Amino acid sequence: MNTRAIIGASAFVLASAFAAMPGNAATVSISCGAVGLELELCRTGAEAWAKQTGNSVNIVSTPNSTTERLALYQQLLAAGASDIDVFQIDVIWPGILGTHFIDLAPHSKGAEQAHFSSIVENNTVDGKLLAMPWFTDAGVLYYRSDLLEKYGEKVPATWDELTATAKKIQDGERAAGNDGMWGLVFQGRAYEGLTCDALEWIDSYGGGSIVDSEGKVTVNNANALEALTLASSWIGEIAPEGVLNYAEEEARGVFQSGNAVFMRNWPYAWALGNSEDSPIKGKIGVAALPKGGAEGKNTGTLGGWQLAVSRYSENPEVAADLVMYLTGPEEQRRRAVEGAYNPTIGDLYEDPAVLAANPFFGELYETFTNAVARPSRVTGAKYNQVSNEFWNAVHSSLSGTATPEEALTQLESSLKRMSRRGW
Amino acid sequence: MQAANATELTRARVRSAWMFLLPMIVVLALVAGWPLVRTIYFAFTDANLSDIGSYSFIGFANFLEYYEGEWFGLLVDTDWWRAVWNTLWFTVISVSIETVLGLVVALTLNAHFPGRGVLRAAILIPWAIPTIVSAKMWGWMLHDQFGILNDILLSLGLIAKPVAWTASPDTAMWAVIMVDVWKTTPFMALLILAALQILPSDCYEAAKVDGIHPVRVFFRVTLPLIRPALMVAIIFRALDALRIFDLIYVLTSNSRDTMSMSVYARQQLVDFQEVGYGSAAATALFLIIAVLIALTLTFGKVRLGEDVR
Repeated sequence: MNTRAIIGASAFVLASAFAAMPGNAATVSISCGAVGLELELCRTGAEAWAKQTGNSVNIVSTPNSTTERLALYQQLLAAGASDIDVFQIDVIWPGILGTHFIDLAPHSKGAEQAHFSSIVENNTVDGKLLAMPWFTDAGVLYYRSDLLEKYGEKVPATWDELTATAKKIQDGERAAGNDGMWGLVFQGRAYEGLTCDALEWIDSYGGGSIVDSEGKVTVNNANALEALTLASSWIGEIAPEGVLNYAEEEARGVFQSGNAVFMRNWPYAWALGNSEDSPIKGKIGVAALPKGGAEGKNTGTLGGWQLAVSRYSENPEVAADLVMYLTGPEEQRRRAVEGAYNPTIGDLYEDPAVLAANPFFGELYETFTNAVARPSRVTGAKYNQVSNEFWNAVHSSLSGTATPEEALTQLESSLKRMSRRGW
Repeated sequence: MQAANATELTRARVRSAWMFLLPMIVVLALVAGWPLVRTIYFAFTDANLSDIGSYSFIGFANFLEYYEGEWFGLLVDTDWWRAVWNTLWFTVISVSIETVLGLVVALTLNAHFPGRGVLRAAILIPWAIPTIVSAKMWGWMLHDQFGILNDILLSLGLIAKPVAWTASPDTAMWAVIMVDVWKTTPFMALLILAALQILPSDCYEAAKVDGIHPVRVFFRVTLPLIRPALMVAIIFRALDALRIFDLIYVLTSNSRDTMSMSVYARQQLVDFQEVGYGSAAATALFLIIAVLIALTLTFGKVRLGEDVR
């Protein structure tokens, strides 16, 4: 009892002594995603910075689902909590969370000019650089190169071709004894990921981006309908019904265990699919997502994550230094080589080490730089509601509780209602 | 003289009763009363999570508002009414199943057999696991590709292909109900068992002497005697089920097919940052639960003032 009290008391004294210690050594907390290798790369990167600068760093892991992560951040930031200094934020959030972050321009010393200008522009709200680009993302198509070869098929150029190829290989493999084989997996759960996937289908058919840059609701059009009708026909045919509850990692789980021919996912799945313990190591390829018909285009939804410093941080200077380190060219190169996270610095796409690890980075450079953006800038703080309406409409069409026509008509009317007083 | 003394005594007792109750009332007012008042207050404002400090009063606009020829607000929101319907449906079905199963389990555990103590403790395990943990656990077991449930049913030949339990709109709500039944039947069983154990044995002996069939004894003797306790257990469960959140949120996220009133209110409050509108939904949720409980108490003829026997 006594010993314990003494230990407790001395621990308390020590802790207060450390807390009260003056000087440069500070502790900074950073929130990192935990999808795939994210957490590990974030930890090693942040610890390297800590070693270099003599500060210490806490890693806070956050939910995998973007939607849940946003909810967590909103609660923390609305309460003005100083627990997390550096936030990893999604490309669509500067409009929603912007008021809680500091302007990084005084700390960046112009470093942002080396990054893709579209992302820097996205992260700039009212002239303030609220976040530094960390990695970019665009939806890509993964395929099983061994299976395509076995069945004499080529990488599909259109969604219709993909549907036919997926069906053929799926049926062939099932006849050969693999009952669990499916043609295609993607992110079909009712959450932000479905918005990304569905926007790709619609955009590839030339069906616009839900709300146009003027703020007009454009989603109910013939091209969007064609896209959604095709996608709805997949469920139960080439895509398992469970896809309606899959996020990124669930889809990767099915694909990586060898039970799907195609997968729509972000580039991060490449490094994991080719890791030592992956059953499909060396049997996968990456291509741009198919076009919507002969007149359609290859597209991918712009994703990617940024690092921002909380206004409530007790050490904003130190936190900003960590952000600049992590988003710098050295760290981005390491992340690209080890984890297939797309750099936001254009020069790195010509870097031999990066290209050797990710051959598709060079071929898909156009996809990454011309990705279609979700309408988060024009809808601002309401974006999350727009996206929620959109993913629910798509989800109801996919699950068959509404026809694609009904889903789009209903979506149009609710979006118009929502924007009744402007976005 | 005697009467005056009694009044004096009563007054003193009432006073000390209030003294004892006071700390409890203060704590309740702080942790339950204040948040409730605050939520109702916010329901009449346009408060937003991004800047919670500044808001203005907008009257009933969160509930119902006429704007440019169309009605807006919670009361005309089809998503809200779907959430209300989902919640009611979930409550009625899950509480009914839990009551019947709980009764069966309690009657079984009330019998004398070896190992009864161990079994009574074991049956409480699902209730002891935090909901968030059991929901995640069931989420994996119900998974359409790797889930053990599909594996068992497939190998038994009961289904031809894997069922996407939590994804398909036909089965999602049933999956939620199944997990809820698994989790809370022990709670029902425990409350009913407590009631069974204090039943007088003389009625049963009389019934035995008269040679009454056990089924008849159950419906004529046991059920009427445990009815007050059973009603309290049902009301407890119904209150709990009406504000279901965690189980649905973990198993099926924000899907409209299973969205409950609490999930709806949270989505508005947190995901959409609409503190005003979300508070309106929370207030409506509170009112709906209050009305339903009042109705149950009236029609179930339960007098909470009486001791539960």
